[in-house]
Amino acid sequence: MESFLQQLINGISLGSIYALVALGYTMVYGVLRLINFAHGDVYMLGAYFGFYLSRILQGRTPYHLLDAALVMFLSMLGCAICGLLMERFAYRPVRRASRLTMLIIAIGLSLLIENAGQLIFGANPKFFPQLIPESHIKLGGLMLTNQQVIVLLTAVTLMILLNLFIYRSRTGKAMRAVSFNMDAAKLMGIDTDRIIALTFALGSALAAAGGILVSINIPGIDPLMGVMTGLKAFVAAVLGGIGNIFGAVLGGLILGLAEVMVAGYGSSTYRDAIAFLILIVILLFKPAGLLGKGAVEKV
Amino acid sequence: MLTLSHVSTRYGSIQALTDVSLEVEKGSVATLIGANGAGKSTALRSIMGLCQPHAGEILFEGRKLNKIPTHRIAAMGIALVPEGRAVFANLTVLENLELGGYLQRDGKRLRLDIDHVYEVFPRLKERMAQMAGTLSGGEQQMLAIGRALMAHPRLLLLDEPSLGLAPLMVHAIFDAVDRINREGATVLLVEQNANLALKRSRKAYVLETGRIIMQGDSADLAKDPRVQEAYLGE
Ligand SMILES: Nc1ncnc2c1ncn2[C@@H]1O[C@H](COP(=O)(O)OP(=O)(O)OP(=O)(O)O)[C@@H](O)[C@H]1O
Ligand SMILES: [Mg+2]
Repeated sequence: MESFLQQLINGISLGSIYALVALGYTMVYGVLRLINFAHGDVYMLGAYFGFYLSRILQGRTPYHLLDAALVMFLSMLGCAICGLLMERFAYRPVRRASRLTMLIIAIGLSLLIENAGQLIFGANPKFFPQLIPESHIKLGGLMLTNQQVIVLLTAVTLMILLNLFIYRSRTGKAMRAVSFNMDAAKLMGIDTDRIIALTFALGSALAAAGGILVSINIPGIDPLMGVMTGLKAFVAAVLGGIGNIFGAVLGGLILGLAEVMVAGYGSSTYRDAIAFLILIVILLFKPAGLLGKGAVEKV
Repeated sequence: MLTLSHVSTRYGSIQALTDVSLEVEKGSVATLIGANGAGKSTALRSIMGLCQPHAGEILFEGRKLNKIPTHRIAAMGIALVPEGRAVFANLTVLENLELGGYLQRDGKRLRLDIDHVYEVFPRLKERMAQMAGTLSGGEQQMLAIGRALMAHPRLLLLDEPSLGLAPLMVHAIFDAVDRINREGATVLLVEQNANLALKRSRKAYVLETGRIIMQGDSADLAKDPRVQEAYLGE
C-alpha cells in the first residue's frame, strides 16, 4: 500500500511535468492549429538556461529557495523570449501558407535547435547543479524528498496561475476568442498577432519550468533530452484532446501515472513504450482525445 | 462616410469583386443586395481588411483603409456583424459582449455599454450566463449585433442578418437595426432578402458576379422591373 502511494506520488509528479509541457503544445495548437514540434526543444533550452544561470546565481541570495526561484524565473523568461523569436521568425512568415509548410518548418526548427544545442552546449550530458539540498520528509509511512514536494507544488501553482489568466483576465479572454475564431477576434479589435506571440511566450515559459523541475529530480541534462519528453507531452496533449487546456493537464497526469506504474509493477523496459501504446489506442478509439471537440472549451 | 472606389478583390485566381464603387452617407442606411456568390460578403470583408483588394481604394471618414490591419479598422469605429454570426460559442453571452467591448478599458463604461445592449435586446440579459453556442439562431444574431454595438461603431456593417430566421425574429432584428441607426450609427446592410432590405434602406446597390449593376434610391429600385424580376420574385 505504501509503495503504491509512493508510486502514485511519483506518477503525479512526473505527470505534472508532462502537463506543463503539454500545455504549450495545446495552447499553440489552439490559436494556430499547428503542432509546434520544436516545443520539446524549448523544454531542453529551459534546462540549459537553468544550468548556466545556476552557476551564476547559486549562493547569491541567503536562501536556496530564493536562488532556485530566481533561476526558474529567469529561465522561463529566457525561453519566453525564444518562443517569441520562434513565432516571429519561423512561423509568422508562413502563417498563410499550407499547414504542411508549417509542419515542415516545425520539424526543421526542432532539428536546428537540437543540433545547435549539441554544438553550443556539447553533446555530452551535463550535471544540473543541486539548487536545493535534498532532505527527506516522512509522511506517515511515505518517504518524500523536499525536492519532490517543491516540484509538485511549483507545477500545480503554475497551472493554477495559467488557468486564472486564461479564464479571468481580459487577455485570456482574447486568447480564447482567437482560438475559437481568429477573424471574429480581429473584428473585436484584438491584435491577434500579439495574442499569438503571447501564446508562444507563455507555452515556452511553462516548458522551461518543466525542464528545470525535471532537472531538480533527475540532474542529467543533454541537448536531446527534449525529444522523448516532447513526444510524450505531445501524446499527453492528444490524449486529453489537443487544443483543450484541461485535457493537457489530464493527459499529462494519466501518462505520468501510467509510466510510473508500468515501471514499478511491470518492467521498466516498457516505460517509454506505454506512451505510444496510449497514443495508438487513443487514435483508434477516441481520436479527438478525452476532452476533445466541444466537450470543454478549447484554448 | 464610407467610399469604395474601383475596388477589385480576388481569392487566388477567383475574381470576387470587380471595379466596385459605392458610397454610404453619414447617418443613413444603405444596402447591398445580390444573389449567392455575388460578392456581398467579400465587399464587407474588404472594408474590414479581412481580405485585401488588389485594386481600388476604400475611404472611411477620409482615411484610407487599404492595408490597415483589421483590428485597427475596428478601432477606427467600424463594426462588422459577420455572415453566420460567428459568436464565440465556447464563451458565455456576457463574455461575448465583453469581447465586443475589448477596446474599452474603463470597467464602469463597459458595464454601462452592456446594460445598453441588454436594453436593446432584453433576451440577452436573461441568457447572460449561457454559452453562446447554445443560443437559438435568432438569439445568436442578437448577440452578434449586441457584441458589435459594444464598440460604439459609427459605421455598422451587417452581413445577412435575416438569414435562417423566422419572420417575427427578422422584424425584431430589423427594428433593433433601425433603433441603432436612429441612435447615430450609419449602417451598410447586406441582404439576400431584397424586399426587406429595400424597405429598410435609403440607398441601394445591386451586385451581380462581383460588379455593381444597378444603384439608386431604394424606393426607386424596388419599383424597377429588372429588380422585381431578379430579386423580388414578382
Ligand atoms: N475564401 C475564399 N476562397 C476562394 N473563393 C472564395 C472565398 N470566399 C468567397 N469566394 C468566392 O468569391 C465569390 C463571392 O463570394 P461571397 O462570399 O462574397 O458571396 P456572397 O455574395 O456573400 O454570397 P452569399 O449570399 O452566398 O453569402 C464566390 O464565387 C465565392 O465562391
Ligand atoms: Mg455572403
